[in-house]
Amino acid sequence: MIAANQPLQRPPDAKLLVVGAGGGIRHAPRASFVEHLRAGDVVIANDAATLPASLPGFHARTGEPVEVRLAGRPSLRPEDVGHFSAVVFGAGDYRTRTEDRPAPPQIRAGDRLVLGPLGATVERVLSHPRLVSLRFDGGPDEVWAGLARHGRPIQYAHVTAPLALWDVWTRIAGPPVAFEPPSAGFALDWHALAAMRGRGAEFATITHAAGISSTGDEELDRLLPFDEPYRIPEATAAAVRRAKSCGGRVIAVGTTVVRALEHAAGGDGTVRACEGVATQRLGPASRLRVVDAILSGTHEPGTSHYELLRAFLDDATLRRTIEELDARGYRTHEFGDSVLIERVPGV
Amino acid sequence: MTIPTDFSSNNTGAADVFRGLRVAITGGTSGLGLALVRELLGRGARVAFVARTRERVEQVARENAGAHGIVGDVSAKEDIYPVALQVTGELGGLDVLVNNASDLGPVPLAMLSDTECEDLERAFATNVLGPFRLTKALMGALAASAREGRGAVVLNISSDAAVNAYPGWGAYGASKAALHHLSRVWGEEHAADGVRFLSLDPGDMDTPMHAAAVPDADPSTLKRPEEAARELAAAVAAALGRRGALMTAQAAASSNSKEGSQEGATL
Repeated sequence: MIAANQPLQRPPDAKLLVVGAGGGIRHAPRASFVEHLRAGDVVIANDAATLPASLPGFHARTGEPVEVRLAGRPSLRPEDVGHFSAVVFGAGDYRTRTEDRPAPPQIRAGDRLVLGPLGATVERVLSHPRLVSLRFDGGPDEVWAGLARHGRPIQYAHVTAPLALWDVWTRIAGPPVAFEPPSAGFALDWHALAAMRGRGAEFATITHAAGISSTGDEELDRLLPFDEPYRIPEATAAAVRRAKSCGGRVIAVGTTVVRALEHAAGGDGTVRACEGVATQRLGPASRLRVVDAILSGTHEPGTSHYELLRAFLDDATLRRTIEELDARGYRTHEFGDSVLIERVPGV
Repeated sequence: MTIPTDFSSNNTGAADVFRGLRVAITGGTSGLGLALVRELLGRGARVAFVARTRERVEQVARENAGAHGIVGDVSAKEDIYPVALQVTGELGGLDVLVNNASDLGPVPLAMLSDTECEDLERAFATNVLGPFRLTKALMGALAASAREGRGAVVLNISSDAAVNAYPGWGAYGASKAALHHLSRVWGEEHAADGVRFLSLDPGDMDTPMHAAAVPDADPSTLKRPEEAARELAAAVAAALGRRGALMTAQAAASSNSKEGSQEGATL
């Protein structure tokens, strides 16, 4: 697929590939997404705003430049911004493809990182030499101020213009807890939410700390997605119950919503309001208990997002879907086109 | 429509309406903004305030335990998302936004034909574009609060100069008129999302801004900002209490707009 290289959340020509429950494939303008909803459906999106999680700076012991990409935190609590897990890159920035980036200097526990106005101590090196847990100096307000002043959105080489927060915050963005944008939500705007109401469909949100999608390092990428804290409000749990009781569909906007709802689901598919940490990986062997359909970006084989789509579709239908996406010039990555996939019964 | 008890009782036992609510106030280090910071902190809200001068922000944060100080200039486009990030980051979301930071335009006040373009631009950047951008950036957080049943209110500080043609107040009045109209349209567009908009005139207050506009005014004839802050808090409490009901507050547009905040409280 072609990489979408312009930071436009809702380009007027955005496309939507629709896979119905029978496995049939249709093409539509993405702006018409809401027309695929029915009364009683509930659309659930991730309302996380995106942190400026890319922090350039240097490694104090060696004086070498580094880029720290924050990648995880223990909870969503506002004051819980002292500790993060992070992936450390060597010199350079997003304009170099991650797989071509030089390695950072060897990092040890106790090393200091100077990241603009922020100072941090490496507490531990985790399961990979470039994956560390770090602790910021200062209290929560100082950390937030430092991130606001110095951080940039995590970015990849396929988008050449430097991204600002306004490029990556969805229209519905609330708590800033995502490390990369929950980009399936780029498709939504306030007009679409009003149109949903007009069709008798509900809109609800969860908050999920969407993690980083790629590190450029095969070993590290195999560890993705990292554990991601999430929160499901009572209003959303109630909306799921209403949809289930009236035969409506639960339509997740993005893979993070699937991950959170399915993690929180009881064996009988009920969802309770809760805070949790999604640790599971979804794939062909996963049985979805809550989510009936997904609005998602287009994903290429080999990514964890693609594996998650295998929980919705049999491999033959998914192969046809990918062929169609390629043949029809769909664009991929965070600013790309979308798919709306209804779970094929029995998958 | 049901009227929750916290609405009917908001003039007496209303402290609990704000308890734990997350409130952001721009222009929070002087005048009405500072009075609002203190009033809402005193009523148990979690408050973040925004102002331009680091020293003042740090001082107000020190003097008002629990308040989160944010350094930023709402008239600067580049400052808006960093401010929104800190507001939602430090509070974990947002229930009430008060767009209070205001710019008078030319000081001393000047007839429009004597007003420098830059002074008019600054007034519009602070009084119209700033609230437009910040409200837009925070709308997701506000709507999330409304979905969860906490209610969500945007209070835009208006002025009788938004409706009356006072000579010398052209830049300020025109910008406040624009903000008032934004409030009305926002209110219509987001009623179904549960986000209420108030556009209220606090009256002529004994504040640094009023002193800059009317240096020889007798302070004893002016309202105390603390009093205006109490009235505005009551109006916000009423709007929060009326979540689920359609509410269009047009206090500043009414002919007797000096009573704006009281009118908002009893709409």
